[in-house]
Amino acid sequence: MRMNFTRRDWIFGTLGSTAWAAIAAGQEHARTSIEQPYSAKFEFFDIAAAGDIAAIAEQILPSDDGPGATEAGVIFFIDRALTTFDTDKQDIYRNGLSDLNERRAKMFPGSGSFAGLSKGQQGELLRAIENSDFFETIRIHTLLGFLGNPSYGGNRGSAGWKYIGFEDRMVWTPPFGYYDAEAK
Amino acid sequence: MTAQFKPTELVDFVVIGAGAAGGVVAKELSTAGFSVVVLEQGPYAREKDFSHDEIRFGYEGGFTNNTRLQPVMYRKDEAAPAIAKKAIMYGRQVGGGSVHFTANYWRFHESDFHERSLFGDVPGTAFADWPISYNDLEPFYTKAEYDLGISGLAGANPFEAPRSKPYPLPPMPVKSSGVLFDRATRKLGLHPFPAPMAILSEPYRGRGACVHCGFCEAYGCEVRAKSSSLASVIPVAEKTGHCEIRPDSYVRRIETDARGRATGAVYFDAQRREIFQRGRAVVVCANGVESPRLLLLSKSNLFPQGLANSSGLVGKHLMWDNGIMASAVFEHPLNEFKSIQVTRVIHDYYAADAKRGFYGGGGIDARFQYYPAGFALSGLPADAPRWGLEYKKTFGEYFTRTMTLLAHATSLPMEKNSVSLDPEVKDAWGLPATRITFENHSDDVANLKWLLEREHEILEAMNPKKVWSVPQDPVIDTSVHLMGTCRMGQDPKKSVVNRYSQTHDVRNLFVVDGSNFVTSARQQPTATIQALAYHAADYMIRAAKSGDLG
Repeated sequence: MRMNFTRRDWIFGTLGSTAWAAIAAGQEHARTSIEQPYSAKFEFFDIAAAGDIAAIAEQILPSDDGPGATEAGVIFFIDRALTTFDTDKQDIYRNGLSDLNERRAKMFPGSGSFAGLSKGQQGELLRAIENSDFFETIRIHTLLGFLGNPSYGGNRGSAGWKYIGFEDRMVWTPPFGYYDAEAK
Repeated sequence: MTAQFKPTELVDFVVIGAGAAGGVVAKELSTAGFSVVVLEQGPYAREKDFSHDEIRFGYEGGFTNNTRLQPVMYRKDEAAPAIAKKAIMYGRQVGGGSVHFTANYWRFHESDFHERSLFGDVPGTAFADWPISYNDLEPFYTKAEYDLGISGLAGANPFEAPRSKPYPLPPMPVKSSGVLFDRATRKLGLHPFPAPMAILSEPYRGRGACVHCGFCEAYGCEVRAKSSSLASVIPVAEKTGHCEIRPDSYVRRIETDARGRATGAVYFDAQRREIFQRGRAVVVCANGVESPRLLLLSKSNLFPQGLANSSGLVGKHLMWDNGIMASAVFEHPLNEFKSIQVTRVIHDYYAADAKRGFYGGGGIDARFQYYPAGFALSGLPADAPRWGLEYKKTFGEYFTRTMTLLAHATSLPMEKNSVSLDPEVKDAWGLPATRITFENHSDDVANLKWLLEREHEILEAMNPKKVWSVPQDPVIDTSVHLMGTCRMGQDPKKSVVNRYSQTHDVRNLFVVDGSNFVTSARQQPTATIQALAYHAADYMIRAAKSGDLG
């Protein structure tokens, strides 16, 4: 099933709903991880799963034209999301990874992991599941990890914001864009 | 100094809901010298609790009703099974939806109050005139604009009804979307005007002007420049020393005595203890869904169908937040993520015209209401790639170069569209969950499609690189404009409240919010909700002083 976003769905978050405590925990967890990047441990994923999900995130937002999911630390964001404000999505990942590995073994006999496939093979496998809940959930999490607030552990160095030309500031002054500047 | 009352104390007014209407009513009653307790479901969040965090306020829904705690069931008609869906949404905090709204603040037109007489009947609907006119409400629109702080340019909208005073503040600076929209609509012979906004363009009554941070819709303002009831009238109410805002107080029932008069409200406090607050009169401002739900929850031997429901119409005539958008991408950056969402509007297509073959109309505004992740996930054309390098490049290029038009459109009142109590599902407090039954009238769907065509014409006249529709067809989305469910009228058999928002059945019980609306006008209801609140409060004060509420 592919989720269809509509105007209100996205803007007001009818997709998720969580107690504030979980959000605060997510931010605190993320903060600790940023402060200690090398000792940060995955809490939900094991190393193999983290490698596979990171490879999927990289397929969704590759780094060919500048920082992508990998440089933004999306995998760390997803791990934190799944242990804090999005715990109800854990089963989607568990079941999705298991299904992914079954498909991989059939499509590419002898392969050891999704992350170990060539980029071309990864793309082929993802095209086969791109309309699944699993893929859509990773896609949403990858974008949140790329373009969400860096306090959650993703969007490191504001890599995603810089990529799209967004800057999080409290104060702007007119002119704001090309056409209102031109009209002055 | 903020007052504090004991629940056992008999206060003059118990107000239920501290939102757009409740804040106004609390301010008016308390400044007139009455003692007021305002019971609010949600927390008392302040500016320090707001931020630009898209995960918290976009993805997680911020301070809105949480469907894990308060499930909402939805079905399209009585025959369909109800499913869990966040079909309706409201601001659940002190200030209510006025905290997170986009802040569009134009007045309804003169014709909106007697459109049934102007247009004629629409078969299969309860299309009707309001029992009050624009002239009745005009002084209260003006009062709202000055109390809250509204920015706009009087006379700029040729379709606007006469006003007694200009806006208290000049319009907000135009954005690139507004410039492009202004040029294109003028070229088409239309009449764009600066959007009237509940956002301060200049310092006003101790609050600073907007700093253009860009986070209005879905976010609380961190600098109090958005004229929510939280930032404007509620502090005035508290300063009187007669008004207590009591947050985390979820009302489950309005009590009545043997004479059928309201005596106060029973609510759950933060520890879920049931507490009874006594009051001489009760004013329900809980929104177009929670107000009728509370009346239905308050049934008793004297009121077996629910409180103030002798008409059987409490919860009926729910009208939807109908709207449809089209977007376009341009060669140069617009940087629409900066400043407020809307700076230009047209009302040229507002009036209904039978020649189109259906009832309906709408305003169209130029806006950008996306934040970074939401844009990448829901702001692109349907034919854009959804992942991979081309996807990334597309949102990378489009984010700063895209703008949107929103047509805010009619929703016809129909008795079968309703808010009711779900017979099975309960909320986290054990109360019956909200059940929404709603399906659009075919005229409303035809109107949305017609307005979408107008949007495409306007966008094409801007010389864009590409134009697309969002969504491609009208859909039942999440409604945030909750209207029609305790409708206003003269006839107690055909309406729930009278022209003063007083229930026909219980003279010391008022319902004042979007539920009073007889028709939907063209959405953006907050200015009219607040004008109704001032209008009703004016009556409450006179009636209470002359002993008419006893």
